[in-house]
Amino acid sequence: MTRYVMVADLRRCVGCQTCTAACKLANGTPPGVQWRRVVDMEVGSYPDVQRVFVPTGCQHCDEPACAAACPTTATHKRADGIVDIDYDLCIGCLYCAVACPYEARTLVNAAEFAYGAEPTAAEAARFDPRKIGVAQKCNFCVDKIDAGTAAGLTPGKDPDATPACVNACISGALAFGDLDDPDSRVSRLIRENKHFRMHEDAGTGPGFYYLWDKDAFAL
Amino acid sequence: MKNDRAAGGRPRLQRYWDLRAACNFIGGGTGTGLVIAASVLAMFGKPFVAPLLTGLVFVALGLTAILFEIGRPWRALNVFFHPQTSWMTREGVMALPLFGFGAVALLLAWFGGYGNADRALAVFAGLTACGFLYCQARILRAAKGIPAWRDAALTPFILLTGLSEGAGVLALLAAFGFAPDAVYAAALLLCLLRLIAWQRYRAGLAHRNAPEASRKALDGIGLAFIGLGHVLAALFLIAALVWPPIAAVAMIGGVLLTLAGWFSKAVLITRAAATRGLAIPRTPVRGRGASRAVAGNR
Repeated sequence: MTRYVMVADLRRCVGCQTCTAACKLANGTPPGVQWRRVVDMEVGSYPDVQRVFVPTGCQHCDEPACAAACPTTATHKRADGIVDIDYDLCIGCLYCAVACPYEARTLVNAAEFAYGAEPTAAEAARFDPRKIGVAQKCNFCVDKIDAGTAAGLTPGKDPDATPACVNACISGALAFGDLDDPDSRVSRLIRENKHFRMHEDAGTGPGFYYLWDKDAFAL
Repeated sequence: MKNDRAAGGRPRLQRYWDLRAACNFIGGGTGTGLVIAASVLAMFGKPFVAPLLTGLVFVALGLTAILFEIGRPWRALNVFFHPQTSWMTREGVMALPLFGFGAVALLLAWFGGYGNADRALAVFAGLTACGFLYCQARILRAAKGIPAWRDAALTPFILLTGLSEGAGVLALLAAFGFAPDAVYAAALLLCLLRLIAWQRYRAGLAHRNAPEASRKALDGIGLAFIGLGHVLAALFLIAALVWPPIAAVAMIGGVLLTLAGWFSKAVLITRAAATRGLAIPRTPVRGRGASRAVAGNR
């Protein structure tokens, strides 16, 4: 089996938002819509304050609350763990958006472009009218993964089969791969480091792991 | 582009569902409350046509409001594709027999009743209305992104709000002779039960540390909701019960009871629906600094 997950090393993330920009370029998201965000958190109170940059987005959960809520089955989980949206089925009710504990979904009601009414060349190339009036979110660059694996590439290892945000990360904070492969980078990172997943109590089993320290007892 | 720097992952008010979505819960609650009341009246051989017809109109208006909310209204029939887990699909599925039984019951009543067939169908419509109302309550509970909706105590509140709204409109109809005066007592009882459900729900939110914005929004309506929608409404209903010559004042009580329910649901959907925010349980270890647990991580 395959279970694609993402790992974000919070010790490495510098909050540069290159992943956000790469995602916007790769997926042609309109202004104000970010499938990959980096949340700038302040923890503690003066004078003992710490700043933490937290990459976030769709967590591609084991038990996605969005998919359970979706009345149309447009939101569905694939066998490889990726939660995707069928834009031709979605009615744009946004029940998925209120069901998601990670604020990962957006609805765009009209075509919008960064510099006025006309799209730039890059926006025109990636504009998809099916995404208007329906929910949208990160899909781990699923088209790239499918094309890459069909060509015999390994997601997380070969850039042509890896999500744009991971390829773009300047500090190596983001990693992607198959959790069911014990030799994959994500499996090794999770094994060797202390980690958590966001809002674990929600019972959704997020496929997004955050590393926060070296695990001294790791084998 | 909205930067998260200021928010820092803190809870924020959801903007996905607005008053149009609230209208579905308002119309659906009041409508099913009326249909359920009509089915009870039908069982006891009382006139049921006016409350049944009014109830179906309310439910239809609520569902119509949803068509104005969704991004692709022409695909609305896709809503029936996921009865396995989606309470929204289940609500849609329940709407079919609700309107089917209700419409045929009204038709038969129009043509003289065909024995008691019209009443039997009205009772079936009432049963499906119960299902529809329950689905509406569960729609909110399944929204894992909104802590104020996930509370188990919200389900009885939504159910009792729907029933009391229906009873409130029924009290109005009774004042015009379209329903028996006995509905005043039922409205009074439901008024009391809804107040208890509200207090339980509010206490639960505080106990489970729901986002402050949600609790503040609900606290903010307390005076109007309890004072006008329950205490004053109950006084009018009691007056109508103890002194039949002024029974018409029950109409005011019914209107207050209904409006308070609508108001509470509008606030619940549009102003009290704070997300849980994004939170980390621990900070990362950087340089010589140590990690620390983050308090208040919901």
